[in-house]
Amino acid sequence: MPKIIVEVMPKEVLLDPAGKSVNNALHRKGHKAITAVRIGKRIELHFDRPITEKDLADAREIGENFLSNGVIEDVVKISQEN
Amino acid sequence: MKIGVVTFPGTLDDRDAARAVRLAGGQAVSLWHADTNLHKVDAVVLPGGFSYGDYLRCGAIAAQAPVMQSIIKAANGGLPVLGICNGFQVLVESHLLPGGLIRNEHQHFICRDQKLIVESTTTAWTNQFTLNQEITIPLKNGEGGYIATDETLKRLEGEGLIALRYKEVNPNGSMNDIAGLRNERGNVLGLMPHPEHAVEPGFGPDTPVAMRSGTDGLKFFTSVINSLVNA
Repeated sequence: MPKIIVEVMPKEVLLDPAGKSVNNALHRKGHKAITAVRIGKRIELHFDRPITEKDLADAREIGENFLSNGVIEDVVKISQEN
Repeated sequence: MKIGVVTFPGTLDDRDAARAVRLAGGQAVSLWHADTNLHKVDAVVLPGGFSYGDYLRCGAIAAQAPVMQSIIKAANGGLPVLGICNGFQVLVESHLLPGGLIRNEHQHFICRDQKLIVESTTTAWTNQFTLNQEITIPLKNGEGGYIATDETLKRLEGEGLIALRYKEVNPNGSMNDIAGLRNERGNVLGLMPHPEHAVEPGFGPDTPVAMRSGTDGLKFFTSVINSLVNA
């Protein structure tokens, strides 16, 4: 199934509470080499036809204006699977 | 005076907001998220809760709801709109107010009676307060940390758009102790604490006079009725 994948991450400068909690748990399990964990979102947009250039442009617009909030998050990647 | 109170899926405090409107002397009109008709209301309250389960981001999906498209248009035309807690989040996600709200700094949900300073009394929702008046109303949120770019913060401070600031305790890590914001025109106000829970003696915050006698929240609602009468 063709899909566009939008990946959203909290901004670098922001504390990511979920990531911090997971990092603490990993350290308790002994994974001391991991210095930080950050958790974002992977959002898949599914299509039942081949993806067009317009779909990708729309996904970029949707990603910037709805799937992420530019004050706190960045769209880090938009990719496509056919 | 007809004041609309919006119900989204997951809204919790619509009944309390409607009750506050009635106690202030207004007529509360229920507005439904899927209905673009604002039923000729004179003002709108976006109440607290967890609209759409806080999916994606708090307030983000509500900002796209049919009723919000009408409210955004009307607010840009001067209709008074008050966003409380989740309603504040809806206002920032609708770009009616700048910035964003993130998880509380200490990562816990917080519920307390909160002291605030009213720093702007020229809005539709705060004109019955005196400048720099200290008030106490309940605060209850998990994602109430106000955040904005340095440039936005500078503008908010410079233009006097910070309507309410936390006093003594900053409960959620909000930048510049911001508890509530107004827009330039003064018709839109968003705040994290809940004025609708401090409108009736016996059910409000404790005061030095008596337990649960605090009614500081009522003035938000009498303010809008006053502004509409004098409009």
